[in-house]
Amino acid sequence: MAYPADLKYTKNHEWVRLNGDLAEIGITDYAQQQLGDVVFVELPEVGHTVAAGEAFGNIESVKAVSELFAPVSGEVVEVNTALANTPDRVNSQPHETWTVRVRVANRADMDALLDAAAYQSLIQ
Amino acid sequence: MTETAASGLQKTPLHARHMASGARMVPFAGWEMPVEYSGISAEHMAVRERAGLFDVSHMGQFELAGPGGLDLVQQISCNNASKLEPGQAQYSGLLSAEGTFLDDIIVYRMAPSHFLLVVNAANRESDFGWITQQTEALGGKAAVVDSSSRYAMLALQGPASQEILQPLTGAELGEVPNFGFTYDEVAGARAMILRTGYTGEDGFEVLVPPNTADTVWQAILQSGEASGILPCGFGARDTLRLEAGMRLHGQDIDDTITPLEGGLGWIVGWDKLVFNGHESLRRQKTDGVERKLVGFEMVDRGIARHGYPVMADGTQVGVVTSGTQTPFLKKAIGMAYVPAAMASKDQVLAIDVRGRLLEARVVPMPFYRSASRAG
Repeated sequence: MAYPADLKYTKNHEWVRLNGDLAEIGITDYAQQQLGDVVFVELPEVGHTVAAGEAFGNIESVKAVSELFAPVSGEVVEVNTALANTPDRVNSQPHETWTVRVRVANRADMDALLDAAAYQSLIQ
Repeated sequence: MTETAASGLQKTPLHARHMASGARMVPFAGWEMPVEYSGISAEHMAVRERAGLFDVSHMGQFELAGPGGLDLVQQISCNNASKLEPGQAQYSGLLSAEGTFLDDIIVYRMAPSHFLLVVNAANRESDFGWITQQTEALGGKAAVVDSSSRYAMLALQGPASQEILQPLTGAELGEVPNFGFTYDEVAGARAMILRTGYTGEDGFEVLVPPNTADTVWQAILQSGEASGILPCGFGARDTLRLEAGMRLHGQDIDDTITPLEGGLGWIVGWDKLVFNGHESLRRQKTDGVERKLVGFEMVDRGIARHGYPVMADGTQVGVVTSGTQTPFLKKAIGMAYVPAAMASKDQVLAIDVRGRLLEARVVPMPFYRSASRAG
């Protein structure tokens, strides 16, 4: 699967799609492959503040649980409630399936992230 | 089956086949084994609805024989092996003198004084040492041989198993009952064909010489192609056995747990006079147990996993031993040790899931019972 050029990536295998000051956060195709079948996504409430580099939720596959790390700091303004019934979208459409939308507090956070080419060389 | 990889892990005769098929390999009990081929959920569903094929060659096989063969088995294994005819098998425990599980095993009676024990890979060496010690007490009337390296073991599981295996063998599979076994060829290989498994589904476990394992593996997959068979890994094996309420030694039961605590009183041959651990077990049967293994289903959304605490009034009162979201039942289920007073059906449990107290409820096991599995 291709890694879209309009996304930014973390070493922890999350991605960020920025629209204005709203950042959508998801996990990469590589991450979903490592996890296997996703069955449950545990997310914070709207209004919760996340800090870059800190865990904000959990993603569970049949075999394991792993933490979701925030690539950027900010306030959670929307949570993808559709994941409650269709967590497998994380597997089938990893780069289209966001978990939370965060209002980015500091745009400079984005500069610390990897572009698609750098992320791809990281996972090779 | 003891070729060793560069990693120090042992490899089964099917290792190259797993690698060539793109299976994801992981360390398991000292072996490098496939955890999944096409995905745990797909493999799990294949076994429930059609068929799946597992490499379980890492498991240990011991043969016990000699004039005192039955006496030896009756001493070390808690179930009553005198109830077996040749060609029949039973689930049992290899117990310590204290009545706790050194291992859980399947005992196959091959002849009146000749038995095959299938043991867990992780316990193979310690089990063998323990049994050898016990044979000495019998003064040379029985011997135990570790014949693990003489067998590859393949598990074909699922409702379509019989129709898939039948064209490959001369054995009349319809005449082999659940927990029965027979000898014949499978795809040209000399085989012991066991109607046992670890999925809660009908199926066969086939013991063949290691150098034929790949041929037999390929033949079964080819025969099952029209039925939709899938090669399966340990991930699905674990979710399948959990749905079927089967214990995993080292996780749900271990050398601190007795059959009564583990909810396995039915594998104790109470009518036997003596066997390892019988005194403590009889005492425990009279006095009652303090803790008990129960099955639970999550009420709140979340998955309770191995090691998570069961809480009551702010104190830990128990522990989850296995837990997952199962692909077939599509529920979060698990097993946990709880105080005996909290072990009845519908009891509400509070489980600490990474800092959040989530509600679960005690349900009877197995969580799933197959319609295809005869008696």
